[in-house]
Amino acid sequence: MKVDDPPTVESPALEIRSARRIKWTRRRTAAKRFWREYRRSTLGMVGLVILVLFIALAFSSIFVDKSALSKTAVTEESIAPCTFVTLPCAPNSTHLLGTDADGRSVLALVIEGSRVSLLVGFAAAAITMVIGAMVGILAGYRGRVSDTVLMRTTDFFLVIPWLPLAIVLAAILGQNIFVLIAIIGFTSWPSTARLVRAQTLSVKEHSYVERSRALGATNSQVISRHILPNVMPVIFANTILTVAIAILSESALSFLGLGDPRRVTWGTMIDAAFDAGAISIGAWWWLLAPSLCIVLVVLAFMLCGYALDEIINPRIRER
Amino acid sequence: MSQAEATTARPPDASEPEVVVEVRDLRVTFQGRVGFFEGLRGKKGTLSRAVDGVSFELRRGEVMALAGESGCGKTTMARAIMGLQPVDGGEILYEGKPLPRDLKPYRREVQMVFQDPTGTLNPRQTIYEIIAEGLRIHDIDRGPNGEPEEQLVARALSRAGLRPPERFFLRYPHEVSGGQRQRVVIAGALVLEPEVIVADEPVSNLDASVRGEILQLLMKLRDDLDLTIIIVTHDLGLAWTVADRVAIMYLGRIVEIGPAEDVLLRPEHPYSKALLDVVPEPGGLERPILTGEPPDPTRIPPGCRFHPRCPVVASGRAAELGIEDRCRTEDLALQDVAPEHSSACYEAFARHGSDATTG
Amino acid sequence: MSVLAVKDLWVTYRTQLSEIPAVRGVSFDIPKGQVLGLAGESGCGKSTIAGAILRLLPARTKIEGSIELEGEDVLGMKPGRLRAVRWTGASIVFQGAMHGLNPVKRIGDQIAEAIVVHQQAGEKQALVRVGALLEQVGLPTRRMRDYPHELSGGQKQRVMIAMALACSPSLVIADEPTTALDVMVQAQVLRLMKELQSELGLSMIFITHDLSVLVETSDRLAIMYAGKIVEEGPADMVFHSPQHPYTEALAAAFPEIGDDRFRRKPMGLGGDPPDPADLPSGCSFHPRCPKAFDDCSTVEPELYPAGERRRAACLLVPAAKERAGAHA
Repeated sequence: MKVDDPPTVESPALEIRSARRIKWTRRRTAAKRFWREYRRSTLGMVGLVILVLFIALAFSSIFVDKSALSKTAVTEESIAPCTFVTLPCAPNSTHLLGTDADGRSVLALVIEGSRVSLLVGFAAAAITMVIGAMVGILAGYRGRVSDTVLMRTTDFFLVIPWLPLAIVLAAILGQNIFVLIAIIGFTSWPSTARLVRAQTLSVKEHSYVERSRALGATNSQVISRHILPNVMPVIFANTILTVAIAILSESALSFLGLGDPRRVTWGTMIDAAFDAGAISIGAWWWLLAPSLCIVLVVLAFMLCGYALDEIINPRIRER
Repeated sequence: MSQAEATTARPPDASEPEVVVEVRDLRVTFQGRVGFFEGLRGKKGTLSRAVDGVSFELRRGEVMALAGESGCGKTTMARAIMGLQPVDGGEILYEGKPLPRDLKPYRREVQMVFQDPTGTLNPRQTIYEIIAEGLRIHDIDRGPNGEPEEQLVARALSRAGLRPPERFFLRYPHEVSGGQRQRVVIAGALVLEPEVIVADEPVSNLDASVRGEILQLLMKLRDDLDLTIIIVTHDLGLAWTVADRVAIMYLGRIVEIGPAEDVLLRPEHPYSKALLDVVPEPGGLERPILTGEPPDPTRIPPGCRFHPRCPVVASGRAAELGIEDRCRTEDLALQDVAPEHSSACYEAFARHGSDATTG
Repeated sequence: MSVLAVKDLWVTYRTQLSEIPAVRGVSFDIPKGQVLGLAGESGCGKSTIAGAILRLLPARTKIEGSIELEGEDVLGMKPGRLRAVRWTGASIVFQGAMHGLNPVKRIGDQIAEAIVVHQQAGEKQALVRVGALLEQVGLPTRRMRDYPHELSGGQKQRVMIAMALACSPSLVIADEPTTALDVMVQAQVLRLMKELQSELGLSMIFITHDLSVLVETSDRLAIMYAGKIVEEGPADMVFHSPQHPYTEALAAAFPEIGDDRFRRKPMGLGGDPPDPADLPSGCSFHPRCPKAFDDCSTVEPELYPAGERRRAACLLVPAAKERAGAHA
C-alpha cells in the first residue's frame, strides 16, 4: 500500500464510527472467526453436540413431575406394567429406562440428575476458575514475595489429599450439596493457579505490556486490558476440563456415600444401585444409565477442550 | 524517490536552547542473582553498572541520537528517562523539576516508540483500541476543543501517515505491514500529544527500504508538532541522517557529545573514531578495528574506562604525551574541547588545551 | 570453469492451499575465488537460493532449472552423492547460526563431527584439524573444550565459520552471518571472512540485506527483489551508480556519513516488500517505484545489459528502450 506524505495535520471530515460500535463489531468478528475454526474440528463438534444434548436434557428436568422422584409417591399405577414384586423393573414401554428398586423411573431420575450433576460441575468449576485465576495472575504479575507466598499456599492446597478431606468435612459439616461443591472447588484451584501463573509470566514479558506502562497504565489497568484477555483462553480451556473433573469428583464422592441424600445426582444413583445390589439382581439398566451419562458428558467436555487447545495453540504460533 | 518530496528538516533555534529534559549524574545498577544459600551467607550478586554517572541536557525541538554498542547502557538510559527503569542515583529533571512520585501526568509529556512494532502491539486489540488505550488510561474522553475520542484517534493515525484513518480502525496489527505497524506505535504515542518522544531503535527491526519513511515521519513530526526526540541507536549512519546532536556512550558513560557534524566528522574520542571506522564502506576492511574484550558492565576498568582498548594508549602516543598514567588510573568526566562539543579523553584535552580535572 | 553455475532457477513452495514462487528465474555464475554479494529484503528469495544450492529446502518444494557445483548437476544428484557433496563441496554459515550450536556438546566435538561424518579423518586426527581450524578463525586451540554458552556471540560465529571450513569446501554460503552482532564484532568477523576467503581461494555467496557490508566484502553484487535479480554488476559500481530504482532506494538506506545528500534527509520507499503469494503485475517493483511509468505495470522487464559486465531489469535502462523500439 503506497502511503503518501500527510499534507496537513487536521483530521479529515469523514464518518467516524462510535467507539462502542467498534468494540462490539470487533467482538462479533472475533466470535465468528472462532466459530469457523471450531467447526473445522470434527471431534470438537461431536463433543459440542453431546454437550448441547445433555444441557437440553438438564433443562427438560423442569418439566419432570417432581412426584415421579419421590419414593413415597410410588403407587401401583405409577409402576405399571411392573409390579411391586418385580422391582427394580427392566426397561419397558412405560419406563424407557426401567425403574429403580423403589419404582421410580430411571429416566426421570437421570434427567433430574443431569441438572444437579451439571450444576455441581459448573459451580465447582466456577470457584476453581475464580480463585485459580486470581491467585495465578497476582502471583505471576507481582512476582517476588507475593509470588512466593501465593505459590507456597498453592502447593499446600495441592498436596491435600482431597478424598480424606472430603470425608472429614462431610462428617463435620454434613452431607450437603453445597459442601460438596465447596470441597471440590477448594481442592481443584491449585492446578489452575499454576497454569494461569505460567501464562501470566509469559504474557507479562511481551512488549505491549511495557508499552501500556509507558502510556501510564496502573497495574490494575495493565491486568484488565492486557494480561486478562491474553490469559483468558488458557483459563477457558482449563475450565472446560475442570467441569468434567468436577462432575467426576462429585460422582465419586456420592458413590462413596458422601453425597447429599436429598438430591438426585448421577453419583447418588450409582450409589443407590450398588447399595441395593443391582448387579447381583441383574438390574443393569439402573447402573448403566447414570454411568453412561457420566462417561458421555466427561467425554464431551474432553473433546471440546481438545478442539479448543488446537485453536489456541496455532493462534499463538501464527502470531 | 521520496527525496524530492522530503522536506529538509530545520535544525532547532540555536540561540535560545530551552532545556526540556535534564539528566544529572544518573546511575542505574543491576544486581546479579545468587543462589539461596549463598545469599544467606551474605554473598551478593555481581553488580552491573549499566548507567554509571551520565549527565546531559535535551533541548526543545532537537533530535538527539544516543549511540553506542549493545551493553553501553543507552537502552537503560532511555527507559530511565521514560520512568520504566528505577534509578539508583542522580536525578532526572523535566522542565526544571524533578520527576514526581506519581509518573502518570509525566507520561502525557514523554512518550516512547519501541523497537519491535510486532511485539509492542497486542495482537488481540484492534488498531483503534491500541491507539485509544492512551486516552482511556488517562481518562481523556474529550479533546481540548471537545472532540470525541474517535476524532482524537483518527487525528493521531492521520498524523502518523495512516490515511484514511477509518480504514485502520478495525484492523488487527498482523493485518498490516511492518512499516504500518511502526506508524501505529507512533500514532499511539502521539495521541497523548507529548512534548518528548523517546525512540528506542525505531527502525532497526524494519526492512531497509522502509526505514527512511519512518525516519522522515519522525522528522516531520518534530517540525510540525514541535516535538523533542531522542533516538537510541547503534547505527551512526542513522544519526547522520536525522540527528542534530549525537552522544556516544561507552560502558555506562557518555564519552563524547556534540553537534552531529562535529562528532561524526571530527570525532574527539578514540572510541567514537573506532566506531566510525567500522561503519562498512568500500575498502573499509583495511581500517583499524578495535581488539580486546567487548565491554562488560560488571568489570569496569579503573581510570578511563576505555583505556584497555584505546589505540592511543596501545600505540604509545599516550605515553609520549605524558598522560598514560592518568588514562590508567584517573577517572574523568566530559569537558568541552570545542564550542558545544565535549569529550572525555585526556588526549583530546591535551590537544585542545582544556583543563583536565578529574571527574 | 565456475565453481557454481545457476541457470534459470525457479523455486516454488507448496503449501496446503497454494503454490508460492519464491525464486523466479535466477541465473548467475561464480568463478573460483570470487565473492558474490546477494542483497535484498524479506521475501525476496535470497535465503531460498542458499537452501536450494544444497537441496536443503522442505521436501515438497518444487525446484526447476539447473544448479551446477564444480560442473556437477546438484539437482540430479543421487542422495549418497548429495550427502558427500554437502559440506565438502559447499557449506553454509546460517542465519542465527549461533543458536545452531548444540548446547550440551563441546564445540570442538561439534566441529569434529563434520569431519568425521564425511570420513575425512578418524576422531583423533579430526581433533587435530579442529585445533588448526580454530587458530585459523582466531580462537585459541584450548577453546575447543568449551561449551557454547562459554563463548560470546562473535566467538560463536567464528566457530560456525570454522565448522563451515572443516571439510575444505570450494564454496561457502554465508546467510546473514553478522546480522545479530555488534558493529565492532561484525567488523572483526567480516575481516576474518575476507582474509580466509583470499587465503584459501574460496568462492563465497554473501547474503544479507545490509548493502554497505556487501560493498566491503564482495566482488560482484546481485540485488534481488520479489524472487528475481533486478540488478547485477561489480559491487562498487552497483552501489555508487545504481541503474535500478530499487537499488538506489536500498543504497539510500545505508548512507555514508559525511554525504550531504543525506544530511537531515532520510530517504525511503513507501509500501512494503511484496508478498510472494500476491505479486504485482508487470514489473513487481512498480507500485513502489518513484520512476514508474505506464508500461511498468504491464511489461515485466528482463535483465538488460547496462554497462560493462552489468545488467539491470528496468525499462528505463537504455538497452531496454532499444529493444522496445525494435519491437515497436
